Amino acid sequence: MVNRNINESQLNDYLMTIEMNKAIIDIKNPVLTIKDLSISYEKGKYAVKDVSAGIKKNSITAIMGPSGCGKSTLLRAINRMHELYPSIQTFGKIYLDNEDISAIPSIKLRQKIGMVFQRPNPFPTMSIYDNVIAGYKLNGTRIKKSRKDEIVEKSLSDVVLWDEVKDSLHKRGTFLSGGQQQRLCVARTLAFQPEIILMDEPTSALDPIATAKIEDLLVELKKKYTIILVTHNMTQAARISDLSMFMYLGELIEYGITKSLFTNPVNKKTEEYLTGKFG
Amino acid sequence: MGKIRYNKIQTDGFSFRLVKNKVFYCFVIFMSMIAISPVVFIIIKLVIKGIRQINLNFFIDNAPNTLEAMTAIANGEIIPGGIANGITGSIFMVLLASVMAIPLGVLTGIYLSENQDKVYANIIRNISEILQGVPSIVLGILSYLWIVINITRGFSAFAGSVSLSIMMLPLIIKSTEETLKMIPSTIKEAALSLGVPYHKVIFKVLLPTGLGGLLTGILLAISRVLGETAPLMLTALGSSVINFDVTKPTSAVPLLIWEFYNDPNLLDLVWSSSLFLMGFVLILNIIVKKMANKWVYG
Repeated sequence: MVNRNINESQLNDYLMTIEMNKAIIDIKNPVLTIKDLSISYEKGKYAVKDVSAGIKKNSITAIMGPSGCGKSTLLRAINRMHELYPSIQTFGKIYLDNEDISAIPSIKLRQKIGMVFQRPNPFPTMSIYDNVIAGYKLNGTRIKKSRKDEIVEKSLSDVVLWDEVKDSLHKRGTFLSGGQQQRLCVARTLAFQPEIILMDEPTSALDPIATAKIEDLLVELKKKYTIILVTHNMTQAARISDLSMFMYLGELIEYGITKSLFTNPVNKKTEEYLTGKFG
Repeated sequence: MGKIRYNKIQTDGFSFRLVKNKVFYCFVIFMSMIAISPVVFIIIKLVIKGIRQINLNFFIDNAPNTLEAMTAIANGEIIPGGIANGITGSIFMVLLASVMAIPLGVLTGIYLSENQDKVYANIIRNISEILQGVPSIVLGILSYLWIVINITRGFSAFAGSVSLSIMMLPLIIKSTEETLKMIPSTIKEAALSLGVPYHKVIFKVLLPTGLGGLLTGILLAISRVLGETAPLMLTALGSSVINFDVTKPTSAVPLLIWEFYNDPNLLDLVWSSSLFLMGFVLILNIIVKKMANKWVYG
């Protein structure tokens, strides 16, 4: 069983300052830095307003807030998903290891920053095996069969799905249950060994048992990866995240160590949200 | 007291409603039977009148001439010969038309589904819808002007297949666009989030996912143009022998039906050819239905 207690003294090493009265903490040596990020869907209307934050390596950072607060919008800016929709405008910068992400080709960037979606979305025409190596297959990257097998087994073992599907690797991915499909989608992302995994409410379409499995998995995965998790579920953020952001109406209201943010929020809005006054 | 009256009214209204319901149900059944009766009568008539002409020779022999038919009828035999030149011509021209129309139509459909709100896409979509309403004889005349007069300098299979492919285009465009629109955007985003380039996402993820729908649209377009006569009269003209030369006049099953109709001695072949054409299109449609149930995403 995964130890879900957050070791605060360990975290302290990474943080520049932990001031109890500071709403947004500074992260030492962030793997990802968001700087003055604003995103608008239509002219003059901002879904995300002037957000600046650092993301700590090998941690789970939860982004929470009421519906429409811009948490998914913020997340999707990190792998430049907004570029698909020409009407969305993005201002400000995001740096991955001090490199401006707009300077990295989107194809490379998205291999470094993987994404898991709200609903499980395995490719319906592909087998479980092909789904896991879809990134390689679709890109036309030629790798040996043995290496492929290795990647598939490793990725599926990492998401604790290997034992369940090892005998039906060549069945369609869509035959799996919802929770298994979501773990398959995580495996598909892991196959690339990304640095950061973005998760957009990955458990909101799943039942409690499948949710618990995914949560255990995330805690396990943060040893190797940095996870940014958008969640609608406060208790989930409290259970598994190390750091938490609270967003409201597009603004980053508070960002801090999960434990202190939940027990002793600085901002009044955060407190109201956590105590269920709105949201 | 008020309560009792209320209950009474409720019950009375209810039984009357039940009767209304029954009457309307029977009415709907009756009307739908009227609606499908032409198809049933056509099939029965075609089978009764056409089946005796259908044998092996019907598929491997060319259309007979009047004299042969007259002799056979005088001797009380069935008309010799078949419609092999029509069958091969139909298949040849439809295949040629498909080769032209499928890539164009599928690519246009992809463009429309990927750029739904662009002004240019809207123009294309509207034009494609107008094209669907253009009478087939007009397309035949256009193909006559472009191909028969200027390119092949004579009636030809090529001219025929061009007019057929123009008829197929709007159907394929529409079905491709609708199929791709039905695929959830998260499938596309999933592929993109794996760092797959946009064109590969379309050709390796979206098209295979929507393959069933795409094939359905293509087969429907094919079965639609298989029975077209008007555009072929002005372009392919017809031929009494099997022809696979794109620059030569070529026959087709619907053209043969028209020819048989105009020759009193060959009238019997109208029924058997029609039966063949109808059966062929029917089988295509059944295949399409089966495929749509099995493959279409969603």
